[in-house]
Amino acid sequence: MADEIKRLSSQLAQDPDSLVFLRLGELLRLKGQFEAAHRVALTGLERHPHLADAHDLYARILADKRDYERAFDEWDMTLRIAADHVGALKGLAFLYFKVGDVGQAVAHLEAARQHAPDDPGVAQALALAQGGGPGAARAAAAAADELAPAVAAAAPLEESRVFAGLEGAQEGLLLLDAKGQVLGGALKDPHGRDVTDAVAAYLAGVSHEAARTAKLLGLGRWTGVAAEGQLGHVHLTPPAGDALLLVVRDRAVPMGRLAIIAQRAAGAARRWLEQQA
Amino acid sequence: MTAAPAYGPALDLVTRVRGVRGAMLVSGDDGIVVAEQLMEGIKGAAVAALASSLAARLRRAMEAAGVGASQFWHLQCDQGGLLVVPAPSGVLVVAVAEPDVNVGLVRLELLRAAEAVG
Repeated sequence: MADEIKRLSSQLAQDPDSLVFLRLGELLRLKGQFEAAHRVALTGLERHPHLADAHDLYARILADKRDYERAFDEWDMTLRIAADHVGALKGLAFLYFKVGDVGQAVAHLEAARQHAPDDPGVAQALALAQGGGPGAARAAAAAADELAPAVAAAAPLEESRVFAGLEGAQEGLLLLDAKGQVLGGALKDPHGRDVTDAVAAYLAGVSHEAARTAKLLGLGRWTGVAAEGQLGHVHLTPPAGDALLLVVRDRAVPMGRLAIIAQRAAGAARRWLEQQA
Repeated sequence: MTAAPAYGPALDLVTRVRGVRGAMLVSGDDGIVVAEQLMEGIKGAAVAALASSLAARLRRAMEAAGVGASQFWHLQCDQGGLLVVPAPSGVLVVAVAEPDVNVGLVRLELLRAAEAVG
């Protein structure tokens, strides 16, 4: 993780407008370096004041520092920007549990469940809260656990576990969660440089925006994004829930073939995600 | 349906393709509608904002991945899709299409429209 933090810090220094600060701030937070995470998040917010994920990151850091009042303001701002931001809904639920307002906490968890029905943390907290009595306190603990995920959860998994046997599994396949955290796979650019984290950071929220666009246009469920670049093609697929699968190939691979590769990889990713649930 | 006269012919190239429900030109920088020819019921301003945001995320991700800037992208959905080509000026040429549209043909017309828009 230390190497990753160093690499992301370097990337951010080279491109201060980059969204890499989201991943860097989260890694620092998970490592317990709250002051450094605080600085990264605040600088990122200054450059991206309308980015919901930036406010969410800042709120989590403030919550870690037990500055609950300001954390509340930041999550509230997150929801003003993106009304269905699951991280903010969970965060506010956590804070409501803290002050004993179980009704508001459950309302926020219910809203979170509508947008993230597969989130085990939300389901667990709701189940505990609806048990009544001492369950409310346990629900607060469950929500707190969700706010401070284990450090190991942020580390990329061995890609062989997710994409075993698939063509190009060693490079050009990437599985992310909704926050742009890498679940599996890796990406290298044409020069052989590892660009996994940078690409993951830029793709954070794509799944959510694609779903919003499809809904707004009345086009049903979004099933993929195919894109042609000057030097290569990419294909994005939602394998399950808010997860996002990215497949990258050079231009020699036709878009139709890329879609088939993406479909197979999505199947493998879906099975793996189901096993983790 | 409304479109500034100078942009009308460019949008016509796209909307004449069977299965296209509408087309629009969107400022890539701020997601504002420049011109549109959309069927009734499509919220142009909101679609423009989301298309612009998605385009920006894709562009940055693709550049980071080393595959260069996006030349064409297609949001595929159960009941249709959104197809986008960035023009050299940064304006996005956007088409909203039915599920059975000829994607290859729409792509060609979007590229032609992008060239016309400049």
